[in-house]
Amino acid sequence: MHNRGRHALMLLILGGVFAFLYIPISVLVALSFNAGGMPTAWTGFSVQWYGALFANADILAAAWNTLKVALISTLLATLLGTALAIGVEMRRRKGRAIEALIFAPMIIPDIVLAIALLSFFSLLKFPMGLHTVIMAHVVFNLAFVCAVVRARLKSFDWSLVEASADLGAAAHVTYRRVVLPVLAPAIIAGALLAFTLSVDEFIIAFFTSGAGRASITLPMQIFAMIRFGVTPEINALATLVLGVSVTALALAQRLNREMPGQ
Amino acid sequence: MKERGSTYLMAPALAWLAALMVVPCGLILALAFFRRGIYGGVEYTLTFENIALVFDPLYAGIFLNSARIAGTAVIIACILGYAAAYAIAAMPRRQQPVLLFFAVLPFWSNYLIRTYAWIVLLNREGLITQLARWAGYEGEMPQLLYTEGTVILGLVYSYLPFVILACYAPLARLNPEIAEASHDLGASGWTTFMRVTLPLTLPGIAVGAVFVFVLSIGNFVTPALLGGGQFQMIGNVVYAQFLTANDWPFGAALSMVLIAIMMLLLVAQTFAVERGTGRADA
Amino acid sequence: MTLLQIRDVTKRFGTVTAVDGVSLDIAENEFFALLGASGSGKTTLLRMLAGFEDLSGGQILLDGQDVSRVPPNKRPVNLMFQSYALFPHMTVRGNIAYGLEMERLPRAQIDARVDEILAVIQLTEFAARKPDQLSGGQKQRVALARALVKRPRVLLLDEPLGALDKKLRGAMQLELKRLQHEVGITFVVVTHDQEEALVMADRIAILKDGRLLQCGTPRDVYERPVDRFAADFIGVMNFFPGAAVAGGLHLPDGGMIAVAGDLRGPAVAAVRPERIRLGLGENSVTGTVLALAYHGLDLQLHVQVAQAPRPVMVRLTADLAEAQALSQGDSVTLGWAARDTRIFTA
Repeated sequence: MHNRGRHALMLLILGGVFAFLYIPISVLVALSFNAGGMPTAWTGFSVQWYGALFANADILAAAWNTLKVALISTLLATLLGTALAIGVEMRRRKGRAIEALIFAPMIIPDIVLAIALLSFFSLLKFPMGLHTVIMAHVVFNLAFVCAVVRARLKSFDWSLVEASADLGAAAHVTYRRVVLPVLAPAIIAGALLAFTLSVDEFIIAFFTSGAGRASITLPMQIFAMIRFGVTPEINALATLVLGVSVTALALAQRLNREMPGQ
Repeated sequence: MKERGSTYLMAPALAWLAALMVVPCGLILALAFFRRGIYGGVEYTLTFENIALVFDPLYAGIFLNSARIAGTAVIIACILGYAAAYAIAAMPRRQQPVLLFFAVLPFWSNYLIRTYAWIVLLNREGLITQLARWAGYEGEMPQLLYTEGTVILGLVYSYLPFVILACYAPLARLNPEIAEASHDLGASGWTTFMRVTLPLTLPGIAVGAVFVFVLSIGNFVTPALLGGGQFQMIGNVVYAQFLTANDWPFGAALSMVLIAIMMLLLVAQTFAVERGTGRADA
Repeated sequence: MTLLQIRDVTKRFGTVTAVDGVSLDIAENEFFALLGASGSGKTTLLRMLAGFEDLSGGQILLDGQDVSRVPPNKRPVNLMFQSYALFPHMTVRGNIAYGLEMERLPRAQIDARVDEILAVIQLTEFAARKPDQLSGGQKQRVALARALVKRPRVLLLDEPLGALDKKLRGAMQLELKRLQHEVGITFVVVTHDQEEALVMADRIAILKDGRLLQCGTPRDVYERPVDRFAADFIGVMNFFPGAAVAGGLHLPDGGMIAVAGDLRGPAVAAVRPERIRLGLGENSVTGTVLALAYHGLDLQLHVQVAQAPRPVMVRLTADLAEAQALSQGDSVTLGWAARDTRIFTA
């Protein structure tokens, strides 16, 4: 009866919001393949801008740095975050303080964390470089991995662990053969999420990488390039980075139905 | 076995967080009370002048301005986000996870790039201008980029996906029979929405609003890229204190205020949820 | 006085026909039950009466007016939901007053009527509580009150007792009956529980696969089921398959059962457990006792006989001493009258 009009309205809203969200990105991706580079005219399909990227030493170095940071921080964050998630969910009483501590890295404004770490490292006269970026990234990455793994643990049947113990397995065997296989998809999903966040992260990297040119990450490079203005190389680079993020996230979603918040 | 094992498992991560988050933040809080040294750096004399300077009309003005801009972004994002979440929740069950995934996907991608995309669209030779010319418009294009409106647009664009996610959760959990009961008792569609659906899903909007506000007010990338050189929000000022002006204690003091706002909002939000609109999945 | 006329109502969902040409007349002040298994179409029919589903065909007339297209918020019909659907953010009072607020009644009048119904359902002290502070039975009463306070022409109830535990259910069955009588409003209840329908309803409509199978008083439906399905659905029935002849049924083993009815062809003879006695009768079979179930009020015997695929169930009042002396494995003879034997097409 009145349902058809309402349905049309819902579709209109969805269409509008999705258009808003995706048009800017789509334009960017489209332009990266425009031979002319600028939105003034479409001069034909070309991947020359991608080629230009690979010829640019600065960009390659920055990309390599970003990859190093992302892989190492993800590895550490996954180990720490998974252990944390299991430890927390094992307890009956969780404790407000611990919950707050785990939640904090996800909501703290990144500029606050960035300057806090900068001050911290400076005060200790701790030399800064890629290693400090990695240390900083682990902070928020482990919180996200923990959140994803915890979500999976909420529906985990702990009597499986008790059954395993009853049947004679030592603690580490139980974890290896009973708990981890069930958690594996969530852990991988969390790791992919952390990887993506690390690849995209700018502010904290910017403040904790120190003054050296050797520790520039890709987002930092992009930021520097944007400040100079719109160029087709940035469009190509942006499209590539987007592609990496989207792929990682699609994989994560495939593996694990329970992303935080869902 | 359980209790002790859990402590060993939690310890490394908690230690990391303590050392690299709690301590540095504590440091910032302490730093605010010291004085900037003559050549930059920190002079360890206790002083309140940084805190006082925060409340100086100039900086207070910037805070209020930032709050206003963040607030506007919150309102727009919440309206759009709630509408989108409502629409997703109204779709057939099977389609909802897919729609939600695509709605949230942009959020997890690089926000520098997402902000940059708007520059491409809006700058003087950007796509909007090209479309206008193509449609026959000859005159001078109004300033689209580097305005306050652009910054608000950028903020909304960055955080909208999260608001959609936050609003979707309570909407999806709502028992559909409750809306039907409201109709059965004589309420129109609008009344049902205002008196039943909206109050029961308010916690989702609250979460989204707090998140957008906290992230917007401390944001410096969006104002830096979309606001143009002179555009100052609190984030930019803090950035400047640390990188150009070299007045770390003052930068710390400004950050303290940011942290205080964030804590206030978080506490307010937990209270709002607890005050019990009751469980909407009853 | 016919209040509600359901005329040849049909509902299709794509290729599936959920309700197929059902016609019923429901009277004023009647307690009516729509009985059926899940998938029988009873809930769809109820929702059409409430206005939550459009009709694919037919009409629904209330007080002579066609209400088939009237939206739910404009019909003088109210629904008590299976999940109760109480508004979690409103108090008991708020929930009950909601419908009256929609009618734009003056505040004083609303308060008076809410107080009145709170007294009827005996929850006056709970008026300020929220639904999550109530027990299941209390929530049910609030859901009932919320609908009744509007004094609808018809109150629809969707599996009202499904969520309650057994003992409470028994008490509530009688309570609902009493309530209906007191307020004088027509109740239409949807249930899959035939015992419930028999206890509460003035008349029952049995639905099967979207069609109306039989409509009648509990006695009609129990004593004179219209076909084998209805006979099996209501209460317990013992069946003996065979071939029907005039006034009887030829059993496969050559024996004969005298029946009240006239059919030909493959058929089943049917007799209720409480009509069977120990010893010979007009019809008799012999078998072995499989199990005895003592229920205090009565004794149920399950007897394996050659002539029936399922064990025959016999219900005897416990004062029959010989019955109590039986044990598993004993041989017994069962007998019953021809006029208590129905016959149906197989």
